[in-house]
Amino acid sequence: MGSELRVTVSREDVLQVARLARLALTEDEVERLGAQLGAILEAVGKVSELDLEGVEPTSHPLELVNVWGQDEPRASLEPEEALANAPDRSGNLFRVPPV
Amino acid sequence: MSAVDTLRLTAEEGLALIERRELSGVELHAAYLEAIEKRDGELHAYLRTVERAEGDAVPIALKDLISTRGVETTAGSRILAGYRPLFDATVATRCREAGLPLLGKTNLDEFAMGSSTENSAYGPTRNPWDPERVPGGSSGGSAAAVAGGLAPWALGSDTGGSIKQPAALCGIVGLRPTYGTVSRYGIVAFASSLDQVGPMAKTVRDCALLYRIIAGRDPCDSTTVELPEAIELPRDEDLRGLRVGIPRELNEAEGVERGVSDAVTRAIELCRELGAEVGECELPRSVEYGLPCYYLIAPSEASSNLARYDGVRFGHRADGSGSIHELYERTRDEGFGDEPKRRIMLGTYALSAGYYEAYYGQAQKVRTVIRDEFAAALERFDVLLSPTSPTVAFPLGSRTENPLAMYLADVLTIPPNMAGLPGLSIPCGLSEGLPVGLQLIGRQFSENTLFRAGHALERALEFDFVPERLR
Repeated sequence: MGSELRVTVSREDVLQVARLARLALTEDEVERLGAQLGAILEAVGKVSELDLEGVEPTSHPLELVNVWGQDEPRASLEPEEALANAPDRSGNLFRVPPV
Repeated sequence: MSAVDTLRLTAEEGLALIERRELSGVELHAAYLEAIEKRDGELHAYLRTVERAEGDAVPIALKDLISTRGVETTAGSRILAGYRPLFDATVATRCREAGLPLLGKTNLDEFAMGSSTENSAYGPTRNPWDPERVPGGSSGGSAAAVAGGLAPWALGSDTGGSIKQPAALCGIVGLRPTYGTVSRYGIVAFASSLDQVGPMAKTVRDCALLYRIIAGRDPCDSTTVELPEAIELPRDEDLRGLRVGIPRELNEAEGVERGVSDAVTRAIELCRELGAEVGECELPRSVEYGLPCYYLIAPSEASSNLARYDGVRFGHRADGSGSIHELYERTRDEGFGDEPKRRIMLGTYALSAGYYEAYYGQAQKVRTVIRDEFAAALERFDVLLSPTSPTVAFPLGSRTENPLAMYLADVLTIPPNMAGLPGLSIPCGLSEGLPVGLQLIGRQFSENTLFRAGHALERALEFDFVPERLR
């Protein structure tokens, strides 16, 4: 995946991306993942070599458009089931810190 | 109960034993549990086993990103430790309805991100051919279980090559089905425009049998479609009338080992002897740009799919007080390993304002180029052949420090996956005493053709799927 493109990812970039991705990286991770991110971006940046003006993007490999289903009522989970894997709960609610 | 050689027994033979009432499904399940007890301490193919057999057919192992009601499902991640799904994935339901008792859940790279199963939060799986080497990945647990005689067959999942590549490295058969033919309902999502579930087994016929059980439209997964034709068990032992294409770029790619190339060349020669019409073709940009295209699209989709792990409704939650945002951020930092973090970061970057068009948008256009190139090649040929993996199984630890070196393991499986095409990997020989995989690529929904070609080659190749050191 060699490429001429040089990508530098600054410490601020890494912190900003981590913030967007909701990851509280440790200092060590900021260094390590930041360096790896730069190397990977440099490699994948190879896609920019191609002139693809006018080429339609592919988002999905099948030609499916609008899949319809019947609107049939079905039983949903009981509260006890829905809360079975909850790390913390309060009655029939998921408990979280103040939002 | 007759003694069962779990290393040799194919699923088809197991079904015949049950049919003739020489053995029950429960007894067969017990025989595999015994083999697991004996050999899985070394291999670590399983994350957990199921003691009670439910069903009276041949048992099955499921990759641990397939939801099983009440049975812990972790996707190889700490963030899902202790998670017990409230429902079965559709493929698990179909296996149960076919009477296949669950043997257990197999190890994988965390969230199916990896090519060696070393990214599992629960420790690596080892290759039954050489325990110092990786089984491939991400479905390395399923591949090692089948190759090591710890399951007659198994389900894996394949995004960039996670069924085909471990099947190749462990000397078994694996099918990545046409996108849309197997339900993903209840599968832990990685990259939704690529993820597919598929069979892994010792023979092509076993793969066809298992594919027949799991394939078809599922109202719970709107990306599934009905199969255009029924799946047939392959019988033909020749390739007469079949047009076989050899894409130069896939076969002469940088990094393909000499021994791998030699084994594949012999298989191509065999195609001619079996009556196929063999010719060369080109995929000028698909191989060169396939890997970079994949490493933009898959991480972008992963960064979105993995946003659901927030420590609120299920899975791991970080201790301590703080705001809800601090809870999310610490939960995710503690719960995810390095590879998911790398890919979430990469995907978030590629999708962020200012970079979207240059990275993700451009990669989607490259994907169109790849589709068109394969479509052109498959107008002239029924099947395309190449190595599945550029190398045989590599030593544990040899690529873990270098993510880009690890990504290259999938350089030959990614291009057809980007085009939504089915791919079958069958063992075609040994190099340095380790299995070499042959990749057969077909048009969308041409699984019957792949099975037919794979079966005829398998019969002619006479590869012994029992690892040499276990014979």
